[in-house]
Amino acid sequence: MTSTAAPLNQIEQWVYEYGDALYRYAMSRLQNTVVAEDIVQETFLAALKSGGRFTGRASAQTWLIGILKHKIIDYIRKASRERPVTEIEVDDVLAETLFDSKGQWRVGPQEWQVNPEKILEQKEFLAVLNHCLEKLPERLRDAFSLRELDDQKTEEICKVLDITPTNLWVLLHRARLRLQHCLTENWFATPEGRG
Amino acid sequence: MLTCKEVSRLVSESLDQRLPFGQRVAMRLHLLMCRACRAYKNRMLLLRKILWLYAAGKGVSSEIKLSEKVRDRIKHLLSQNYPF
Repeated sequence: MTSTAAPLNQIEQWVYEYGDALYRYAMSRLQNTVVAEDIVQETFLAALKSGGRFTGRASAQTWLIGILKHKIIDYIRKASRERPVTEIEVDDVLAETLFDSKGQWRVGPQEWQVNPEKILEQKEFLAVLNHCLEKLPERLRDAFSLRELDDQKTEEICKVLDITPTNLWVLLHRARLRLQHCLTENWFATPEGRG
Repeated sequence: MLTCKEVSRLVSESLDQRLPFGQRVAMRLHLLMCRACRAYKNRMLLLRKILWLYAAGKGVSSEIKLSEKVRDRIKHLLSQNYPF
């Protein structure tokens, strides 16, 4: 396997070629402009530090995304350590409004009529999706993003967030309940979303 | 008999791990009889599919770009930190 060392001007060139792709990747995971910019910056600095060495089999973009992914997980790990843990024990307010005292749906969900590929081509839907992800409490968003966007395994997510699997499943359940509720309110139940 | 609230939790959990036999059977029985929970489960599957495509960069708006200011800042930092 060959490895390629990239000099400074090569990495500067990458900032122009791949900067936007890295930034979009970071934004889809973090929904925070300042943090996403900082992490992209750190990624390029790390690429420079490593001498820009990547194996010949990986494209430069894949290699940079790999570094970025680690940086994002590191960021989530640190941020989750700085947050109070109590949030996890708080009763889920949304569940109380969606279900009655007998645990039945107050309003039964209807099927979403949608083609996943097509819906992502709609700019308005993307804006709603970003809004709903952004609105999730941080702890739920971190768990959900690691699971559904980064496809991390349970053990890995528990290590990053320093929680037990049972806690993780509670967080994921709450995140999904909130997201589907937010998407329904802001898209699927609107004239636009009903097509 | 499970409630819809419990089933919504089990549907989510079943996306992350294989449920114990008893819970799996109880959930499936409930789903057979409850249209609302079936719709919820299908929403969860669609949500996962949409998120996976989104994570793969599908549909991520090309309007999201690194600003010129940030690009210059990164370039500046790179040259300051070179050589190590």
